Amino acid sequence: MKIEGKQRIWMDYQKEIADDHFFYVRSCVRQNFFPGSEKTFLRILQSELQKDIYENPSHTTCSGIGYHADIVPFETSMTMVARQFALMTEAGYENFTTSCITSFGLYSEVLETWHHFPETEQKTRDFLYKATGRTFKKPSNVSHASDIIFKFRKKISEKGKYRLINRQTGQPLRVVEHIGCHYSKMFPSKGVGGAEYPYVLTGMIDEWGGEVIDYPERRHCCGFGFRQYFVQANRGFSISCSKKKFESMEPYKPDMILTNCPGCPMFLDRWQYAISEMEGKTYGDNGYGIPVLTYEELAGLVLGYDPWDLGLQVHQVPIEPLLEKIGIPYDPEMKFRNISGQDIGRPESPSFLKFYPEKV
Amino acid sequence: MNKTAIIIGGGVAGMETAIQLLRLGIEVYLIEKESRLGGHLNSWDHLFPNRRDSKEVSEYLQLGMNEGISLHLNAEIDTLWNDKKKFNIKLKDGTRLNSDALVIATGYEVFDARKKEEYGYGIYDNVITSVELEEFLRNNELKRLFEGKTSKRVGIIHCVGSRDEKVGNLYCSKLCCVTGVKQAIEIRERMPDIEVFCFYMDLRMFDRYFEEMYFEAQEKWGVQFIRGRLSEAAENQDHTLLIKLEDTLTGLPLKMNVGLLILLVGFVPSPETRRLASMLGLKEGDDRFLCPADEHTLTNSTKIPGVFLAGTVKGPEGIAGTITDARAAALQVAAYLTSRE
Repeated sequence: MKIEGKQRIWMDYQKEIADDHFFYVRSCVRQNFFPGSEKTFLRILQSELQKDIYENPSHTTCSGIGYHADIVPFETSMTMVARQFALMTEAGYENFTTSCITSFGLYSEVLETWHHFPETEQKTRDFLYKATGRTFKKPSNVSHASDIIFKFRKKISEKGKYRLINRQTGQPLRVVEHIGCHYSKMFPSKGVGGAEYPYVLTGMIDEWGGEVIDYPERRHCCGFGFRQYFVQANRGFSISCSKKKFESMEPYKPDMILTNCPGCPMFLDRWQYAISEMEGKTYGDNGYGIPVLTYEELAGLVLGYDPWDLGLQVHQVPIEPLLEKIGIPYDPEMKFRNISGQDIGRPESPSFLKFYPEKV
Repeated sequence: MNKTAIIIGGGVAGMETAIQLLRLGIEVYLIEKESRLGGHLNSWDHLFPNRRDSKEVSEYLQLGMNEGISLHLNAEIDTLWNDKKKFNIKLKDGTRLNSDALVIATGYEVFDARKKEEYGYGIYDNVITSVELEEFLRNNELKRLFEGKTSKRVGIIHCVGSRDEKVGNLYCSKLCCVTGVKQAIEIRERMPDIEVFCFYMDLRMFDRYFEEMYFEAQEKWGVQFIRGRLSEAAENQDHTLLIKLEDTLTGLPLKMNVGLLILLVGFVPSPETRRLASMLGLKEGDDRFLCPADEHTLTNSTKIPGVFLAGTVKGPEGIAGTITDARAAALQVAAYLTSRE
């Protein structure tokens, strides 16, 4: 592997990422999948980086999941996207920031469509005005939230309390990075580092002290793939995709997986449980699986945030072995307590995949 | 005749044009940016279809180069202009030349395989181009490519940078298919324990003896041809390569580990060809190669009187075709100069 070859490609795919004053739109599913991630993003930007970031409670889905599942026509999606832009315009913002990768892909696709087919933009403006009386300006910058964490990765590192180093061996943690398909596979120039050797997550891992693993099935789908999962009959294909990735990365002994998509961490995390139940097979150290994190969660850990404030207790693969490797303290007693200290109940322990605490 | 011609480019086309113009009594200046003549011919070991040593063709061309040709090696053009009477050239070393006719023979360069990012050239250790393989063949170092390798398989990928909308090259480079067949045979000949797989879209064996060579590769040398375009290559822990494609004859996806991946890189116009075209106002086609005055009847002339094209500035061509084209260009130049007497 010649790192200079990758670096040359990374140089070819630089993108402009706004510096401040962000209009933030949330993901439809992340608040259920990994509920601490979006809150952590806002906390990092506002408290650590002193950035202005605003979200409007009236914003809706972008319709991306429906669009990619062929149940929402593109004209409808464009109009919904236009409404989000109208909310941004009304709030006085120009820098549009998405939590969801599929949203990021859809916003990029809509803007490209309007650029190449201006009549579709006019038609969308007409639809929006007739339906809502709203008008809008197109954003001057569209960034995914991971782009912004990437942009400020050095500042996060400077403020950080922990590095991605195994405290017992002193070696960098070995990290698998996995970008969402809609981040740069649709428009390579819109992702940091392009589509084939994306740098957005790699840059964070490098900066925070870890070592990125380049394994053969790195580009393979996480297993979400929309129709692989939404169509119930296809779910065997979904889990097969995830399994293919686990088998491919296993010989490299990864300490964790880092993702920037709503679906990828969900499937890479939960399917480890399902595979263990189906086949008795676990990946990672000593039967604990390979922890899967979102970039906000990892940034939060680097910054020294309490793991349970980050929502890491809702992961299927236990996070504790990773915390212990890095040397991050945690209170096991608080894992399943809410903000008021009340017990929120505990999940049933899996049959094979080890869990913390092991006895329930 | 007492007329002069400047030929820019000292590869096969430029050399043969110079030789023929000299024979026709025209004073020739030959400008080459490298330190020696021969161009891409110097990179090849053996030539298809008869697999003769490329040095034989080099020697033939060198024999024709005599003192009558004013040779300028290591020469780069600084400025070029037409004052209606003469074509004037100032070289970067300050030398000034002028002539009654100008022949553009600046040829091609091979496609930069790094643009096919998913194939990993320049990133993975065991991905090389067909041009680099020739270097190993020429130096009799083929075995060095397989030292310590766990896989004894080679994948040869056709159409890298050719017939590929994604990289902006819709044209066929014509000669990669037969080059792949030739190289596959050469690998099997020299190292029979190596398995060779050619991955192709379709095989364009258009010229004399090409098809025979393709049959020989299969029947005598056991080269395996699989119809399918490479989707991606990834590096395994042991530095072998995992390649993925669809076998379009069986309709099934295919994954294979290979120890070496050879990319058959196509033709693209050389930067110098494009620079000269810009300086002279010559027309480029959609494929960025230069356009002759007429695609059928004036294949060596341009819209600018006195400016002629020879060889691969007009598109992919083999050595035999290039030599033939150079001779045609020389005749066109001579006819033009005679008409001005």
